Amino acid sequence: MIRVVFPPHLRTLAKVGKEVEVQVEGPVTQRAILDALEATYPVLQGTIRDRVTLRRRPLLRFFACEQDLSDEPPDAPLPDAVAMGSEPFMIVGAMAGG
Amino acid sequence: MSQVRVLVGTRKGAFVLTSDERRARWEVTGPHFPGWEVYHLKGSPIDPNRLYASQTTNWFGQILQRSDDGGASWAAVGNEFQYDGVPGQHKWYDGSPHPWEFARVWHLEPSLTDLDTVYAGVEDAALFRSTDGANSWQELAGLRTHSTAPSWQPGAGGLCLHTLVLDPSNAGRMFVAISAAGVFRSDDAGQNWRAINRGLRSEGIPDPDAEVGHCVHRISMHPSRPNVLFMQKHWDVMRSDDSGDSWQEVSGNLPTDFGFVIDVHAHEPDTIYVVPIKSDSQHFPLDGKLIVYRSRTGGIEWEALTNGLPQHDCYVNVLRDAMAIDSLDSCGVYFGTTGGQVYGSADSGDSWAPIVRDLPAVLSVEVQTLP
Repeated sequence: MIRVVFPPHLRTLAKVGKEVEVQVEGPVTQRAILDALEATYPVLQGTIRDRVTLRRRPLLRFFACEQDLSDEPPDAPLPDAVAMGSEPFMIVGAMAGG
Repeated sequence: MSQVRVLVGTRKGAFVLTSDERRARWEVTGPHFPGWEVYHLKGSPIDPNRLYASQTTNWFGQILQRSDDGGASWAAVGNEFQYDGVPGQHKWYDGSPHPWEFARVWHLEPSLTDLDTVYAGVEDAALFRSTDGANSWQELAGLRTHSTAPSWQPGAGGLCLHTLVLDPSNAGRMFVAISAAGVFRSDDAGQNWRAINRGLRSEGIPDPDAEVGHCVHRISMHPSRPNVLFMQKHWDVMRSDDSGDSWQEVSGNLPTDFGFVIDVHAHEPDTIYVVPIKSDSQHFPLDGKLIVYRSRTGGIEWEALTNGLPQHDCYVNVLRDAMAIDSLDSCGVYFGTTGGQVYGSADSGDSWAPIVRDLPAVLSVEVQTLP
């Protein structure tokens, strides 16, 4: 299972805790994880990536294994630790102060 | 005994304020959708327990919520707002071409005749309709493909369709206002549109009386007299007696005619309300005094309403969707400020009191009169 960590607003929307697990068939990529997330939690459609272009929303980042993977190609394999479930795939909102 | 329910959208969530018809004691619930900008909430005139809310942030985009129990519980509904066909381009702030991009829903307008039909005015400016209770949306693309659309430019808040007025006497007729394009009318339920800005003059555009390009902030109508429209433009308060075919200025003796809101008394079609703001470069009341102006003559002659409103050191704004009027016999008037106050008057504006004082900045106010 793939572990995914959500920012607070998405936890509220999806009615889940900080971390969820999703099943991904085939290669573990950003696209595969987001497809699985949106299939499990349809309310998240459009909140992480644009509904039409499927591009990551500009104020969100994807982290894993202490790396910023936001600009990696959506079909690039994610680190083995994410695929094995030992490290989470983290969806992070840009910091907002003020 | 009747009740009133005031629906308040703010920068950090939604609030529902309820009272009996005396409107003296209020129950406040919320925040609903805490931390999100709630641009607008509105209830269906057919079933007042059917509410819609537009919930948005720059982080997570657009969510639409629906309640079927008067706001006690909510469920996310459809949020796919896809322009019909290739969206094309409008003008950006600097005049360069810019692709049409969906940003958010500014205004929700439930149908007057069908419970499951609701309209959404969005940024970048377009009109969408749902016929299944907001689960799915289709664009009424005739507006965005109007011949003038490539010349539309955003106002400071974006290129937003912020006002939609439905004609209760003519099912096919509707009016929209877009900043900064102007007012448009459809006579065939949103399929085709014409610009209706004759008589408007705007100094901030190259041709002050151009067909489009006017920053209309709000229009309103009394349901008993749908051919008469009132408008708060960027500058100027305007009136049309021919369904928008022509407009005349009715700013009269207002101390400044810049502002955002305008609304009409529930029982007196010629009694209208505005909240003058100092200027387009200073978005706060003149001299630090928050004053509602009322005209009982459909404009020109205005009286200042100050009883209960702060008359010194007040520097809030009242945004375009943040005034509403109930339909009780003694008509109630409500407005919200960017300082987080929602003021109410149970006597048509003669006296005012804050219902709440410390909400986040108020984006919109609607009111429902409940049996």
